[in-house]
Amino acid sequence: MKKFIVIITLATLGFYLGQTFYELGFGDARFEHGVKDIYLEKTVSELHVANTITSIIVSFRGFDTLGEVTVLFLAATALGGILYKRRHHVGDRSVLFSASRIVRSGSKLLFPAVILLGVYVFVHGHLSPGGGFQGGTIVATGFLLMLLAYENFKVSHHVLSYIESFAGIFFVLFGLAGFYNGGTFLENFMPVGTMNNLFSGGVIPIIYILVGFKVAAELTGLIYTVLHEKD
Amino acid sequence: MTYLILIFFLLLLMLGAAIYAIVQKDLLYAVIATGVISLVLTALFYLLQAPDVALTEAAIGVALTTIIFIITIRNTVRHEDDYNKKDDLKSAVE
Repeated sequence: MKKFIVIITLATLGFYLGQTFYELGFGDARFEHGVKDIYLEKTVSELHVANTITSIIVSFRGFDTLGEVTVLFLAATALGGILYKRRHHVGDRSVLFSASRIVRSGSKLLFPAVILLGVYVFVHGHLSPGGGFQGGTIVATGFLLMLLAYENFKVSHHVLSYIESFAGIFFVLFGLAGFYNGGTFLENFMPVGTMNNLFSGGVIPIIYILVGFKVAAELTGLIYTVLHEKD
Repeated sequence: MTYLILIFFLLLLMLGAAIYAIVQKDLLYAVIATGVISLVLTALFYLLQAPDVALTEAAIGVALTTIIFIITIRNTVRHEDDYNKKDDLKSAVE
């Protein structure tokens, strides 16, 4: 009986999905000149964003970015799931060994600078090259440096998962707020301001900062899981 | 013209590092050579006016991937021959 219900549900879902995709008509020539000119023109005239790549990633193709972030989340979760069993069987064995005093002092000096660079890159994502993914990775590299230098450097998994979850939830909430205000997912509903200012571009910098926090938390958690076989 | 020569030189450097990574039996050196490929690729992306991609390549290709490979080497064997020698011993006994 249970199997029957599952088959019926899947078939209904598949039918409607297939019908929707059929009606969309992938591969039809819907644009005469491509979309590149529209992107370039609307980035300057409507969104007031200096970096066209950021406006494409966060605004025009924001839904794809949500998918990318989800893929990264799934990969981190799967790795944690694979290593979970091992961590509890092997016992208290860290793969690290103690670093020399030079490395430890140098890491302590470099760590704040690396974190600052990462935060700069994702806060200024709409003005200069870079953005959430790049900045988040740089922040995670800073944590990796500290983990390599100090054997007993602790990162709380709870704090990381809270940051990750809240960043993801707020991403979707901002997208839904676009639905409520403008009519499409991730519609830019906030005032765009003047171009080249830090506070400009509406929701674009906010979403990129959220993506930065999410990527940084995910990659740091991933590195921590790989380096420590037991929590 | 100088631009073309520079790009050609960087491409040759990448090719050389890649061949070195394949030929080298010491896996640590091979991993460092893969890091060099990423580094040169970063410069190449920057020359081709794609700074966003260059930043990604620098953060992921040079730093994260190299470190993860080095940790893997620490937990397994450093020389490629270590496994083959074991196989040779086995076949010699048989």
